Amino acid sequence: MANTIKKTPFYKRHVDMGGRIVEFAGFYMPIQYKGVIKEVGAVRNRIGIFDVSHMGEIKIKGNDRDKFISYITTNDPLTLDEFQEQYSSMCYEDGGIVDDLLIYKLPDCFFLVVNAANTEKDYNWIVQNKKEDVTIENVSENTAQLAIQGPQVEKYLNGLFNEDISKINYYHSTITRFCGIEMLVSRTGYTGEDGFELYFDPKYALDVWDKLFEEIPELEPCGLAARDILRLEARYCLYGNDIDKTTNPIEAGLSWITKLDKDDFIGRTAILRLKENIKRKLAGFEMNDGIPRKGFEIYKDREKIGVVTSGGYSPTLKKGIGLGYIDVPHHKSGGVVDIKIGEKFKPGNIIKGAFYRRFYGGS
Amino acid sequence: MAEVRDGLKYTKTEEWVKIENDIAMIGITDHAQEELSDIVAVEIKEIGTRIKRGESIATVDAVKAASDIYSPLSGEITEVNQNVVSSPELINHSPYDQGWLLKLKIENPNEISSLLEKEQYDERN
Repeated sequence: MANTIKKTPFYKRHVDMGGRIVEFAGFYMPIQYKGVIKEVGAVRNRIGIFDVSHMGEIKIKGNDRDKFISYITTNDPLTLDEFQEQYSSMCYEDGGIVDDLLIYKLPDCFFLVVNAANTEKDYNWIVQNKKEDVTIENVSENTAQLAIQGPQVEKYLNGLFNEDISKINYYHSTITRFCGIEMLVSRTGYTGEDGFELYFDPKYALDVWDKLFEEIPELEPCGLAARDILRLEARYCLYGNDIDKTTNPIEAGLSWITKLDKDDFIGRTAILRLKENIKRKLAGFEMNDGIPRKGFEIYKDREKIGVVTSGGYSPTLKKGIGLGYIDVPHHKSGGVVDIKIGEKFKPGNIIKGAFYRRFYGGS
Repeated sequence: MAEVRDGLKYTKTEEWVKIENDIAMIGITDHAQEELSDIVAVEIKEIGTRIKRGESIATVDAVKAASDIYSPLSGEITEVNQNVVSSPELINHSPYDQGWLLKLKIENPNEISSLLEKEQYDERN
Protein backbone atom coordinates (compact mmCIF):
# COMPACT_ATOMS: atom_id res chain seq x y z
CA MET A 1 0.00 0.00 0.00
CA ALA A 2 1.36 3.38 -0.94
CA ASN A 3 2.08 5.63 1.98
CA THR A 4 0.58 8.87 0.80
CA ILE A 5 0.94 12.05 2.75
CA LYS A 6 -2.38 13.29 4.08
CA LYS A 7 -3.86 16.75 4.12
CA THR A 8 -5.99 18.11 6.93
CA PRO A 9 -9.36 19.66 5.99
CA PHE A 10 -7.78 23.12 6.47
CA TYR A 11 -4.94 22.51 4.02
CA LYS A 12 -6.31 24.87 1.39
CA ARG A 13 -6.39 27.75 3.88
CA HIS A 14 -2.80 27.12 4.95
CA VAL A 15 -1.73 27.55 1.36
CA ASP A 16 -4.08 30.53 0.75
CA MET A 17 -2.72 32.31 3.81
CA GLY A 18 0.93 31.84 2.94
CA GLY A 19 1.78 28.99 5.29
CA ARG A 20 5.06 27.25 4.54
CA ILE A 21 4.10 23.62 4.15
CA VAL A 22 6.21 20.73 5.40
CA GLU A 23 5.59 17.04 5.91
CA PHE A 24 5.03 16.18 9.56
CA ALA A 25 3.81 12.86 10.96
CA GLY A 26 2.39 11.87 7.59
CA PHE A 27 0.56 15.16 7.01
CA TYR A 28 1.23 18.29 5.00
CA MET A 29 1.24 20.91 7.74
CA PRO A 30 2.17 24.60 7.97
CA ILE A 31 5.45 25.01 9.85
CA GLN A 32 4.93 28.78 9.94
CA TYR A 33 3.05 31.63 8.33
CA LYS A 34 4.52 35.09 8.94
CA GLY A 35 7.30 34.02 11.29
CA VAL A 36 7.73 32.08 14.50
CA ILE A 37 8.46 35.07 16.71
CA LYS A 38 5.38 36.93 15.51
CA GLU A 39 3.20 33.86 16.00
CA VAL A 40 4.56 33.11 19.48
CA GLY A 41 4.00 36.76 20.41
CA ALA A 42 0.40 36.61 19.21
CA VAL A 43 -0.34 33.59 21.41
CA ARG A 44 1.41 35.03 24.47
CA ASN A 45 -0.23 38.44 24.16
CA ARG A 46 -3.41 38.11 22.12
CA ILE A 47 -4.84 35.15 20.23
CA GLY A 48 -3.58 32.56 17.77
CA ILE A 49 -5.06 29.58 15.97
CA PHE A 50 -3.50 26.21 15.18
CA ASP A 51 -4.78 23.47 12.91
CA VAL A 52 -4.21 20.35 14.98
CA SER A 53 -6.33 18.03 12.87
CA HIS A 54 -3.34 15.77 12.40
CA MET A 55 -3.78 14.61 16.00
CA GLY A 56 -5.37 11.18 16.34
CA GLU A 57 -8.73 10.56 18.02
CA ILE A 58 -9.84 7.19 19.34
CA LYS A 59 -13.20 6.41 20.94
CA ILE A 60 -13.62 3.72 23.54
CA LYS A 61 -17.17 2.54 24.10
CA GLY A 62 -18.87 -0.42 25.75
CA ASN A 63 -20.02 -1.42 29.22
CA ASP A 64 -16.54 -2.22 30.52
CA ARG A 65 -14.93 0.95 29.22
CA ASP A 66 -14.22 2.37 32.70
CA LYS A 67 -12.20 -0.61 33.80
CA PHE A 68 -10.49 -0.88 30.45
CA ILE A 69 -9.39 2.75 30.12
CA SER A 70 -7.98 2.61 33.63
CA TYR A 71 -6.07 -0.56 32.74
CA ILE A 72 -4.37 0.92 29.67
CA THR A 73 -3.51 4.37 31.05
CA THR A 74 -1.36 5.56 33.95
CA ASN A 75 -3.49 8.39 35.35
CA ASP A 76 -6.81 7.63 37.05
CA PRO A 77 -9.63 8.26 34.56
CA LEU A 78 -12.22 6.97 37.06
CA THR A 79 -11.94 10.28 38.91
CA LEU A 80 -13.27 12.14 35.86
CA ASP A 81 -16.71 13.69 35.73
CA GLU A 82 -18.57 13.78 32.45
CA PHE A 83 -17.13 16.50 30.22
CA GLN A 84 -13.93 16.58 32.19
CA GLU A 85 -10.58 15.55 30.75
CA GLN A 86 -7.16 14.54 31.96
CA TYR A 87 -3.61 14.30 30.72
CA SER A 88 -2.33 10.75 30.87
CA SER A 89 0.03 8.25 29.29
CA MET A 90 -0.02 4.67 28.11
CA CYS A 91 2.91 2.43 28.96
CA TYR A 92 4.29 -0.89 27.80
CA GLU A 93 4.76 -3.73 30.29
CA ASP A 94 8.37 -2.62 30.80
CA GLY A 95 7.29 0.90 31.78
CA GLY A 96 8.36 2.53 28.50
CA ILE A 97 5.87 5.07 27.16
CA VAL A 98 3.58 4.16 24.25
CA ASP A 99 2.23 7.70 24.04
CA ASP A 100 0.99 10.62 26.07
CA LEU A 101 -2.61 11.60 25.52
CA LEU A 102 -5.67 13.51 26.59
CA ILE A 103 -8.68 11.54 27.84
CA TYR A 104 -12.14 13.07 27.66
CA LYS A 105 -14.96 11.46 29.56
CA LEU A 106 -18.02 11.94 27.36
CA PRO A 107 -21.53 10.61 28.08
CA ASP A 108 -21.20 7.64 25.72
CA CYS A 109 -17.46 7.02 25.52
CA PHE A 110 -13.93 7.92 26.46
CA PHE A 111 -12.48 10.12 23.74
CA LEU A 112 -8.71 9.83 23.44
CA VAL A 113 -6.58 12.43 21.69
CA VAL A 114 -3.18 11.04 20.76
CA ASN A 115 -0.08 12.18 18.90
CA ALA A 116 -0.38 12.22 15.11
CA ALA A 117 2.70 10.10 14.54
CA ASN A 118 1.39 7.49 16.98
CA THR A 119 -2.26 7.15 15.96
CA GLU A 120 -1.94 3.78 14.23
CA LYS A 121 0.47 2.42 16.82
CA ASP A 122 -1.79 3.50 19.68
CA TYR A 123 -4.91 2.12 18.04
CA ASN A 124 -3.23 -1.24 17.47
CA TRP A 125 -1.87 -1.28 21.01
CA ILE A 126 -5.29 -0.58 22.49
CA VAL A 127 -6.95 -3.23 20.31
CA GLN A 128 -4.27 -5.75 21.20
CA ASN A 129 -5.02 -5.26 24.89
CA LYS A 130 -8.79 -5.22 24.47
CA LYS A 131 -10.76 -6.86 27.23
CA GLU A 132 -14.38 -7.86 27.72
CA ASP A 133 -17.10 -5.54 26.54
CA VAL A 134 -15.37 -2.63 24.85
CA THR A 135 -15.33 -1.34 21.30
CA ILE A 136 -12.49 0.74 19.95
CA GLU A 137 -12.87 3.11 17.05
CA ASN A 138 -10.27 5.26 15.31
CA VAL A 139 -12.21 8.41 14.40
CA SER A 140 -9.20 10.51 13.38
CA GLU A 141 -10.33 10.86 9.77
CA ASN A 142 -13.75 12.12 10.86
CA THR A 143 -12.45 14.74 13.25
CA ALA A 144 -11.28 18.27 12.52
CA GLN A 145 -9.46 19.90 15.42
CA LEU A 146 -8.49 23.52 16.01
CA ALA A 147 -6.67 25.00 18.98
CA ILE A 148 -7.34 28.67 19.70
CA GLN A 149 -4.93 29.97 22.30
CA GLY A 150 -3.98 33.21 24.00
CA PRO A 151 -4.96 35.51 26.87
CA GLN A 152 -7.72 37.17 24.86
CA VAL A 153 -9.34 33.95 23.73
CA GLU A 154 -12.30 34.07 26.10
CA LYS A 155 -13.10 37.65 25.19
CA TYR A 156 -13.12 36.89 21.48
CA LEU A 157 -14.75 33.48 21.48
CA ASN A 158 -17.51 34.11 23.96
CA GLY A 159 -20.61 35.12 22.10
CA LEU A 160 -19.75 33.01 19.06
CA PHE A 161 -21.14 29.89 20.67
CA ASN A 162 -24.64 28.93 21.79
CA GLU A 163 -23.32 28.46 25.30
CA ASP A 164 -21.40 30.82 27.54
CA ILE A 165 -18.00 29.21 27.12
CA SER A 166 -16.43 31.40 29.80
CA LYS A 167 -18.14 28.97 32.20
CA ILE A 168 -16.03 26.08 30.98
CA ASN A 169 -13.31 25.40 33.53
CA TYR A 170 -9.74 24.40 32.69
CA TYR A 171 -9.64 20.77 31.55
CA HIS A 172 -13.40 20.68 31.12
CA SER A 173 -15.52 20.68 27.99
CA THR A 174 -19.00 20.94 26.58
CA ILE A 175 -20.87 20.15 23.39
CA THR A 176 -22.28 23.30 21.90
CA ARG A 177 -22.80 25.03 18.56
CA PHE A 178 -20.72 27.56 16.67
CA CYS A 179 -22.68 29.12 13.79
CA GLY A 180 -25.04 26.18 13.97
CA ILE A 181 -22.22 23.64 13.77
CA GLU A 182 -22.05 21.16 16.63
CA MET A 183 -18.68 20.81 18.28
CA LEU A 184 -16.91 19.57 21.34
CA VAL A 185 -15.29 22.60 22.97
CA SER A 186 -12.70 22.08 25.68
CA ARG A 187 -10.58 24.44 27.71
CA THR A 188 -7.24 22.82 26.97
CA GLY A 189 -4.13 23.44 24.91
CA TYR A 190 -0.44 22.88 24.46
CA THR A 191 0.84 26.44 24.76
CA GLY A 192 0.73 27.37 28.44
CA GLU A 193 -1.90 30.02 27.74
CA ASP A 194 -5.62 30.06 28.27
CA GLY A 195 -7.27 28.48 25.27
CA PHE A 196 -9.88 26.25 23.75
CA GLU A 197 -9.74 23.25 21.49
CA LEU A 198 -12.60 22.55 19.10
CA TYR A 199 -13.47 19.16 17.64
CA PHE A 200 -16.01 18.87 14.85
CA ASP A 201 -17.01 17.29 11.56
CA PRO A 202 -14.34 18.04 8.93
CA LYS A 203 -16.97 18.88 6.32
CA TYR A 204 -17.45 22.21 8.12
CA ALA A 205 -13.73 22.89 8.43
CA LEU A 206 -13.35 25.74 5.96
CA ASP A 207 -16.60 27.39 7.09
CA VAL A 208 -15.43 27.38 10.69
CA TRP A 209 -11.96 28.65 9.79
CA ASP A 210 -13.34 31.49 7.66
CA LYS A 211 -15.96 32.46 10.20
CA LEU A 212 -13.37 32.63 12.98
CA PHE A 213 -11.15 34.93 10.94
CA GLU A 214 -14.15 37.05 10.01
CA GLU A 215 -15.23 37.42 13.64
CA ILE A 216 -11.72 37.84 15.08
CA PRO A 217 -9.62 40.15 12.92
CA GLU A 218 -6.68 39.82 15.31
CA LEU A 219 -6.57 36.04 15.00
CA GLU A 220 -3.04 34.97 14.05
CA PRO A 221 -2.58 31.72 12.14
CA CYS A 222 0.25 29.77 13.77
CA GLY A 223 2.32 26.86 12.55
CA LEU A 224 4.06 23.86 14.04
CA ALA A 225 7.27 25.77 14.81
CA ALA A 226 5.43 28.21 17.09
CA ARG A 227 3.50 25.33 18.67
CA ASP A 228 6.75 23.54 19.48
CA ILE A 229 8.47 26.49 21.13
CA LEU A 230 5.29 27.48 23.02
CA ARG A 231 4.98 23.99 24.47
CA LEU A 232 8.66 23.99 25.38
CA GLU A 233 8.33 27.36 27.17
CA ALA A 234 5.44 25.82 29.12
CA ARG A 235 7.63 22.74 29.69
CA TYR A 236 5.25 20.24 28.16
CA CYS A 237 6.81 17.00 26.97
CA LEU A 238 6.84 16.10 23.29
CA TYR A 239 6.59 12.44 22.39
CA GLY A 240 9.51 11.44 20.19
CA ASN A 241 11.73 14.05 21.85
CA ASP A 242 11.37 14.01 25.63
CA ILE A 243 9.47 10.76 26.05
CA ASP A 244 9.31 7.54 24.06
CA LYS A 245 9.38 3.78 24.57
CA THR A 246 12.87 4.00 26.14
CA THR A 247 11.80 6.45 28.86
CA ASN A 248 9.52 5.81 31.81
CA PRO A 249 7.03 8.30 33.28
CA ILE A 250 8.94 8.68 36.54
CA GLU A 251 12.23 9.85 35.02
CA ALA A 252 10.22 12.03 32.60
CA GLY A 253 8.74 13.92 35.55
CA LEU A 254 5.30 12.46 34.91
CA SER A 255 4.78 10.88 38.33
CA TRP A 256 1.81 13.20 38.73
CA ILE A 257 -0.03 11.31 35.99
CA THR A 258 1.16 7.89 37.17
CA LYS A 259 -1.19 6.63 39.85
CA LEU A 260 0.62 3.62 41.24
CA ASP A 261 -1.95 3.08 44.00
CA LYS A 262 -4.92 2.57 41.66
CA ASP A 263 -5.88 -0.90 40.36
CA ASP A 264 -3.45 -2.68 38.09
CA PHE A 265 -2.55 -1.07 34.78
CA ILE A 266 -0.13 -1.98 32.02
CA GLY A 267 3.39 -1.11 33.14
CA ARG A 268 2.59 -0.73 36.83
CA THR A 269 4.79 -3.58 38.07
CA ALA A 270 7.78 -2.37 36.06
CA ILE A 271 7.30 1.26 37.08
CA LEU A 272 7.11 0.29 40.79
CA ARG A 273 10.48 -1.43 40.39
CA LEU A 274 12.05 1.35 38.26
CA LYS A 275 10.91 3.98 40.71
CA GLU A 276 13.27 2.58 43.36
CA ASN A 277 16.30 3.18 41.20
CA ILE A 278 15.91 6.28 39.06
CA LYS A 279 19.25 6.98 37.39
CA ARG A 280 18.35 10.04 35.32
CA LYS A 281 15.67 12.72 35.31
CA LEU A 282 14.28 15.04 32.68
CA ALA A 283 15.47 18.52 33.64
CA GLY A 284 14.83 21.98 32.21
CA PHE A 285 17.64 24.48 31.79
CA GLU A 286 18.11 28.03 30.55
CA MET A 287 21.13 29.46 28.77
CA ASN A 288 22.20 33.09 28.62
CA ASP A 289 24.69 32.33 25.86
CA GLY A 290 23.96 29.74 23.22
CA ILE A 291 20.88 27.83 22.11
CA PRO A 292 20.54 24.17 22.99
CA ARG A 293 19.25 21.76 20.35
CA LYS A 294 18.00 18.19 20.44
CA GLY A 295 20.91 15.76 20.57
CA PHE A 296 23.47 18.12 22.13
CA GLU A 297 25.43 16.50 24.95
CA ILE A 298 25.33 17.64 28.57
CA TYR A 299 28.47 17.62 30.74
CA LYS A 300 29.59 18.24 34.29
CA ASP A 301 33.31 18.65 34.95
CA ARG A 302 33.99 17.42 31.41
CA GLU A 303 32.15 14.18 32.04
CA LYS A 304 29.09 13.40 29.95
CA ILE A 305 26.00 13.29 32.15
CA GLY A 306 23.15 13.64 29.72
CA VAL A 307 21.64 14.66 26.42
CA VAL A 308 19.29 17.41 25.26
CA THR A 309 15.90 16.10 24.14
CA SER A 310 14.25 19.42 23.20
CA GLY A 311 15.79 22.82 22.72
CA GLY A 312 15.35 26.14 21.05
CA TYR A 313 15.25 29.87 21.43
CA SER A 314 12.46 31.20 23.60
CA PRO A 315 11.08 34.37 22.01
CA THR A 316 9.20 35.09 25.24
CA LEU A 317 12.21 34.84 27.57
CA LYS A 318 14.73 35.85 24.89
CA LYS A 319 17.15 33.08 25.72
CA GLY A 320 17.95 29.49 24.90
CA ILE A 321 15.90 26.89 26.76
CA GLY A 322 16.02 23.13 26.75
CA LEU A 323 15.00 19.85 28.28
CA GLY A 324 17.27 16.88 28.68
CA TYR A 325 17.86 13.72 30.61
CA ILE A 326 20.55 14.33 33.21
CA ASP A 327 22.11 11.71 35.46
CA VAL A 328 21.04 11.85 39.11
CA PRO A 329 22.09 13.84 41.18
CA HIS A 330 23.21 16.46 38.65
CA HIS A 331 19.59 17.04 37.55
CA LYS A 332 18.60 19.17 40.54
CA SER A 333 17.28 22.69 40.08
CA GLY A 334 19.77 25.39 40.96
CA GLY A 335 22.60 23.36 39.49
CA VAL A 336 24.70 24.37 36.51
CA VAL A 337 25.63 21.99 33.71
CA ASP A 338 27.65 22.46 30.54
CA ILE A 339 25.96 22.10 27.17
CA LYS A 340 28.30 21.12 24.37
CA ILE A 341 27.60 23.38 21.39
CA GLY A 342 29.97 22.59 18.56
CA GLU A 343 33.35 22.38 20.28
CA LYS A 344 32.42 24.74 23.09
CA PHE A 345 30.89 24.20 26.50
CA LYS A 346 28.31 26.74 27.60
CA PRO A 347 26.53 26.90 30.95
CA GLY A 348 22.94 25.80 31.37
CA ASN A 349 21.14 26.71 34.60
CA ILE A 350 18.75 24.04 35.74
CA ILE A 351 15.41 25.44 36.75
CA LYS A 352 12.38 24.05 38.50
CA GLY A 353 9.12 23.77 36.59
CA ALA A 354 8.03 25.72 33.55
CA PHE A 355 10.20 28.30 31.79
CA TYR A 356 7.13 30.45 31.27
CA ARG A 357 4.07 30.73 33.47
CA ARG A 358 1.07 32.73 32.44
CA PHE A 359 -0.41 35.34 34.67
CA TYR A 360 -3.52 33.98 36.37
CA GLY A 361 -4.92 37.32 37.31
CA GLY A 362 -8.50 38.14 38.19
CA SER A 363 -10.38 40.04 35.53
CA MET B 1 10.36 35.64 -4.27
CA ALA B 2 13.81 35.68 -2.82
CA GLU B 3 16.13 38.33 -4.21
CA VAL B 4 19.23 37.34 -6.17
CA ARG B 5 21.59 40.24 -6.55
CA ASP B 6 23.82 41.22 -9.45
CA GLY B 7 27.52 41.54 -8.89
CA LEU B 8 27.75 38.75 -6.35
CA LYS B 9 28.93 35.17 -6.58
CA TYR B 10 27.10 32.32 -4.91
CA THR B 11 27.52 28.79 -3.53
CA LYS B 12 25.29 25.75 -3.64
CA THR B 13 25.04 25.99 0.14
CA GLU B 14 23.41 29.45 -0.10
CA GLU B 15 26.30 31.77 0.74
CA TRP B 16 27.09 34.87 -1.30
CA VAL B 17 30.51 36.41 -1.92
CA LYS B 18 31.39 39.94 -2.98
CA ILE B 19 34.97 40.19 -4.20
CA GLU B 20 36.94 43.41 -4.10
CA ASN B 21 40.62 42.98 -4.97
CA ASP B 22 41.89 40.28 -2.62
CA ILE B 23 39.11 40.66 -0.05
CA ALA B 24 35.91 38.56 -0.06
CA MET B 25 32.85 39.77 1.83
CA ILE B 26 30.60 36.83 2.76
CA GLY B 27 26.97 36.50 3.79
CA ILE B 28 23.96 34.24 3.34
CA THR B 29 21.43 34.54 0.54
CA ASP B 30 17.97 35.99 0.77
CA HIS B 31 16.63 32.50 0.09
CA ALA B 32 18.68 31.11 3.01
CA GLN B 33 17.43 33.72 5.46
CA GLU B 34 13.84 33.07 4.35
CA GLU B 35 14.25 29.36 4.93
CA LEU B 36 15.83 29.89 8.35
CA SER B 37 13.47 32.74 9.34
CA ASP B 38 13.75 34.64 12.61
CA ILE B 39 17.50 34.49 13.17
CA VAL B 40 18.22 35.07 16.85
CA ALA B 41 21.93 34.45 17.30
CA VAL B 42 25.07 34.43 15.19
CA GLU B 43 28.49 33.18 16.10
CA ILE B 44 31.36 34.01 13.75
CA LYS B 45 34.94 32.72 13.89
CA GLU B 46 37.45 35.26 15.19
CA ILE B 47 39.51 37.74 13.20
CA GLY B 48 42.81 36.16 12.24
CA THR B 49 41.38 32.66 11.91
CA ARG B 50 42.59 30.86 8.79
CA ILE B 51 39.86 28.98 7.05
CA LYS B 52 39.85 26.44 4.24
CA ARG B 53 37.14 26.47 1.64
CA GLY B 54 34.17 24.41 2.87
CA GLU B 55 34.97 24.81 6.57
CA SER B 56 32.46 26.33 8.96
CA ILE B 57 32.97 30.06 9.44
CA ALA B 58 29.84 30.86 11.38
CA THR B 59 26.79 29.37 13.05
CA VAL B 60 23.43 30.99 12.54
CA ASP B 61 20.73 30.14 15.09
CA ALA B 62 17.11 30.59 14.16
CA VAL B 63 14.29 29.96 16.64
CA LYS B 64 13.88 26.38 15.50
CA ALA B 65 17.25 25.28 14.17
CA ALA B 66 20.92 26.11 13.88
CA SER B 67 22.83 26.16 10.59
CA ASP B 68 26.53 26.13 9.87
CA ILE B 69 27.74 28.62 7.30
CA TYR B 70 30.58 27.31 5.15
CA SER B 71 33.38 29.36 3.74
CA PRO B 72 33.11 29.71 -0.03
CA LEU B 73 36.87 30.42 -0.21
CA SER B 74 40.07 29.79 1.71
CA GLY B 75 41.64 32.70 3.52
CA GLU B 76 42.19 34.61 6.74
CA ILE B 77 39.34 36.44 8.46
CA THR B 78 40.11 40.16 8.48
CA GLU B 79 36.84 41.62 9.67
CA VAL B 80 33.70 40.42 11.46
CA ASN B 81 30.39 42.27 11.28
CA GLN B 82 29.77 43.01 14.96
CA ASN B 83 26.39 44.52 14.09
CA VAL B 84 24.94 41.15 13.13
CA VAL B 85 26.39 39.59 16.27
CA SER B 86 24.52 42.12 18.40
CA SER B 87 21.45 42.33 16.09
CA PRO B 88 21.12 38.98 14.29
CA GLU B 89 17.77 40.01 12.76
CA LEU B 90 19.77 42.21 10.36
CA ILE B 91 20.41 39.03 8.38
CA ASN B 92 16.66 38.60 7.88
CA HIS B 93 16.04 42.24 7.05
CA SER B 94 19.08 42.93 4.89
CA PRO B 95 20.92 39.77 3.86
CA TYR B 96 23.03 41.43 1.16
CA ASP B 97 23.82 44.73 2.85
CA GLN B 98 23.73 45.21 6.62
CA GLY B 99 23.53 41.46 7.19
CA TRP B 100 26.98 40.54 5.86
CA LEU B 101 28.93 38.22 8.15
CA LEU B 102 32.65 38.61 7.61
CA LYS B 103 35.47 39.51 5.26
CA LEU B 104 38.43 37.37 4.48
CA LYS B 105 41.70 37.85 2.66
CA ILE B 106 41.62 35.47 -0.28
CA GLU B 107 44.44 32.95 -0.11
CA ASN B 108 43.85 31.08 -3.34
CA PRO B 109 42.35 33.16 -6.18
CA ASN B 110 41.98 29.99 -8.28
CA GLU B 111 39.07 28.99 -6.07
CA ILE B 112 37.01 31.94 -7.28
CA SER B 113 36.19 30.17 -10.55
CA SER B 114 34.41 27.43 -8.57
CA LEU B 115 31.80 29.88 -7.29
CA LEU B 116 28.44 30.19 -9.03
CA GLU B 117 27.64 33.22 -11.13
CA LYS B 118 24.23 34.82 -10.57
CA GLU B 119 22.79 33.07 -13.63
CA GLN B 120 24.06 29.67 -12.51
CA TYR B 121 22.68 30.22 -9.01
CA ASP B 122 19.35 31.33 -10.50
CA GLU B 123 19.06 28.24 -12.69
CA ARG B 124 19.34 26.00 -9.73
CA ASN B 125 16.07 27.30 -8.28
